[in-house]
Amino acid sequence: MDGFMKRIDIRRFGPLLLGMLLLAGQAQARLVIEISGGVEGALPIAIVPFSGELAYDDPLSSVIRANLVRSGRFAPLASEKMPGTPSQAGQIDFSRWRTAGVDHIVIGRTLRQQDGQVQVQFQLFDVLRGVQMAGYSIEVPPQRLRKLAHQISDIVYEAITGEKGAFETLVSYVAVEQVNNERMFRLAVADADGHNEQIILSSRQPLMSPSWSPDGRRLAYVSFEDGRSQIYMQDIVTGAREKLAGFSGINSAPAWSPDGRYLAMTLSRDGQPDIYIMDLASRQFSRISNSPSIDTEPSWAPDGRSLVFTSNRGGRPQIYQQALQGIRPQGSPRRLTFEGNYNARARFSPNGRYLAMVHGEGNRFRIALLDMEQRQLRILTDTGSDESPSFAPNGSMIIYATERNHRGVLEAVSVDGRSQQRLGASRGDVREPAWSPFMARK
Amino acid sequence: MEFKGIVMKWNQTGLMAVAVAALVLQGCSAPVREGDMQDIPVDERSVGVDPGSDGRPGVETGVVQVGEGFFDGRPIEEVMQDPESVLSKRVFYFEFDSAELPLDEQAALEVHARFLASNPRISVVLEGHTDERGSREYNLALGERRAKSIERLLSLLGVGQGQMEVISFGEERPVALGQHEDAWRLNRRVELLYTGY
Repeated sequence: MDGFMKRIDIRRFGPLLLGMLLLAGQAQARLVIEISGGVEGALPIAIVPFSGELAYDDPLSSVIRANLVRSGRFAPLASEKMPGTPSQAGQIDFSRWRTAGVDHIVIGRTLRQQDGQVQVQFQLFDVLRGVQMAGYSIEVPPQRLRKLAHQISDIVYEAITGEKGAFETLVSYVAVEQVNNERMFRLAVADADGHNEQIILSSRQPLMSPSWSPDGRRLAYVSFEDGRSQIYMQDIVTGAREKLAGFSGINSAPAWSPDGRYLAMTLSRDGQPDIYIMDLASRQFSRISNSPSIDTEPSWAPDGRSLVFTSNRGGRPQIYQQALQGIRPQGSPRRLTFEGNYNARARFSPNGRYLAMVHGEGNRFRIALLDMEQRQLRILTDTGSDESPSFAPNGSMIIYATERNHRGVLEAVSVDGRSQQRLGASRGDVREPAWSPFMARK
Repeated sequence: MEFKGIVMKWNQTGLMAVAVAALVLQGCSAPVREGDMQDIPVDERSVGVDPGSDGRPGVETGVVQVGEGFFDGRPIEEVMQDPESVLSKRVFYFEFDSAELPLDEQAALEVHARFLASNPRISVVLEGHTDERGSREYNLALGERRAKSIERLLSLLGVGQGQMEVISFGEERPVALGQHEDAWRLNRRVELLYTGY
């Protein structure tokens, strides 16, 4: 059976999380996933419990199952409905799994090695054709099993859907909690499923607008620690941080360029909030907009050749696009949104085709998706005070902040709007989610 | 004599409605204009010199002096805490997604303008805020626009640029919680925070 498998060197699997564990921030209560909507047309799959997995926290198969459910693309079979618990290929009776109605089956086993490592073998089969689609044998220390479960989820997701999975990614957000009559703002980074929350910054003053560097190592964000909004950059592995912009007026809305060399931001140092681009190497600024209106919330197109931003130059906030020549503005900005009297904080989808944004009608603020090719705006959410949409790096889901029972919570919606899930923090208000890029793997 | 006084009107509920004469007028007191004001008693006071804490006049000559209308000889700290003081209204409210100070808020702001113009050592932080609706970064900019709109009005009324500082907190520091207009209207505000006294 080993012949079917690729061996994976664990060192290829992102060093990031390990570094974060070494950083050893105060581990906080994890986010808890609540599924708030089922999906029609989801693919039936069986994730059979891996043999030996119960010896460890977070059994692999349950983490994988939860991941696939959250994606909205899969409908995993309940354990009690499984016609067996094979852990090796020869034990699978495909006809019985076909009868159980599943198209795919994932099996696996865990083997503790003498050096304390855990060897995990897993295989994915096409039940209808009775053939293997993927098989891997991986060795990890026990504390990395959960991370491995995300990597297995990514492999399964990609093998079946043809799209890259985004389970082994991170989410950054701001959690606000009342402590002794004082509000504490915490900048947190957690796995995309809400587990392994690490606080990377705590402050009594507001924190907002975390933005990931494309290599997934740093966050730029806004902190009011000096009494007003200023932009900082922080290495999430080492914790090293640096103030990038502390001019008079507001310093806000940082957005990394796709190549990581520039940071777009909003500054009002010249009297009015305008968009600027900072060259991170030279610390030189290029002014992108110059309008007496509010111009803010820049977001780079994935090709780096334009920015979208929010402007109320037409009276109400709407989304505009500014072409770039390098980091200089080229021509005049073009208005992109015309539906509704409030469209703000747009974010490009990874393929550049869509913009997710906050769309306001009356007192209702929902997440909407603008198809840049069809010029159609589609509302994705049914709540009322939604903000801060952020795409998963594979473009399949959008995470955003909303309010439930007077509490700030994070939710995610699939781009087709069919699947919705809630990530409720165990305490406090949670807001300003930013989904990480795919982790850099050297 | 140069007019340096504040013309004030008080309504029966104790809430203040203020009409301010032009900053520096030659001649005697400007009459209170009839019209949109209710027929209520007029309290018209003359201007004196308020001694600073060091015993010298608290303001320089050549500018409008602080009158008894503000202080009645009391220390400024006390005046600032007095809910009856003409300076007691230090929060100004705005409409949704607007940075324009509503007309009915402007008269009260003019009192602050006179106070600041006649007390150049006193400075004020103009802290802009918004309600929670819409996006946070847009609201941060909107809060700044509100504070700047107050700054511009104060400046037009003679307050020195160096006396004012603008800060925006956007929607990050609400004073009222709740997803309804009663909370929102209290959060769409600029707060005047006095320093230097």
